[in-house]
Amino acid sequence: MNQDDQKTGAFEYLTTRKDELVGWARKFSIFPYPFVTACCAMEFMSVSSTIYDTDRFGAALPRFSPRQSDLLMVVGTITHKQAPILKKVYEQMCEPKWVMAFGVCATSGGFYQNYAALQGIDKIIPVDVYIPGCPPRPESVIDGIMQLQDRIAGSKHPIINETF
Amino acid sequence: MNPNLLERVRARLASEGREAEFAHGLLALSLPRPALLDTVRLLKDEFGFDLFLDVTAVDWPGRDPRFDVVFHFYSTRDHVRVRLKTAVPEKDPVVDSLVPLYGSAAFMERECHDMYGIVFRGNDDLRPILLYEGFQGHPLRKDYPKEREQPLVRYRE
Ligand code: SF4
Repeated sequence: MNQDDQKTGAFEYLTTRKDELVGWARKFSIFPYPFVTACCAMEFMSVSSTIYDTDRFGAALPRFSPRQSDLLMVVGTITHKQAPILKKVYEQMCEPKWVMAFGVCATSGGFYQNYAALQGIDKIIPVDVYIPGCPPRPESVIDGIMQLQDRIAGSKHPIINETF
Repeated sequence: MNPNLLERVRARLASEGREAEFAHGLLALSLPRPALLDTVRLLKDEFGFDLFLDVTAVDWPGRDPRFDVVFHFYSTRDHVRVRLKTAVPEKDPVVDSLVPLYGSAAFMERECHDMYGIVFRGNDDLRPILLYEGFQGHPLRKDYPKEREQPLVRYRE
């Protein structure tokens, strides 16, 4: 390092907005909880392994406990019988938490409309990002993750109370 | 391997109100309800149909009797299949359970009970297996409205 810098004390502190800093940290550490129920799982495996590699976005380390995860990825068809389980998993996640509807089944029920299928998970839990496709291409999943990252970076992150 | 087995089964069983014919490479038997258990016992003990594949039903709205209950059996020694069909009316959709002969029938009969409301006399565990407690009606009957849903979780506003 430059001798002068050391003498003047430059780089000893930097200023930023708290929300920007926290948002920047959070957007690169989205630990997903894969709630995988159906055929979209294949595409989920593909997108999280080597070629597409969601680890580039800090979103590859799956946590199999909802309490340790930030992003609930709902991958596949949700039936009415499954819905109470999904709701319970969502309620057990700690704030801050986000939800991704992966594929048309999770988004809207897809081509299922019958006694069994829930017509979109947003009927029971709030959803932050929807990814269309049956199953979605890995590129669309990555696009969804990036949109979610933008959203995290741009939102408020209260860490002490609701206002700060 | 026993190529004439189905022919022998047919000769033995096509009597006493039972009708037998070949369809799609398997032997299809229609029989009256009371003959069911005896026929299945015969298939199992005498002809070696040791694997119970499935039980399901067919709904014929407007027909009386309304339902056909359909059983499939397979012989792991001879590699042939037999289908049994018996008709039951809507008012009294009861057939004998095959649990005393094939343990695996227990779960398949539960499914058929879920979907069509067929009651299997002798199967004492007909709780829902694919559906859930509190589900009303039988979704694979033709008169179940296809959009009717019975959610378990309150929807968000
Ligand atoms: S969206 Fe398509 S691929 Fe995905 S779970 Fe539904 S049916 Fe399967």
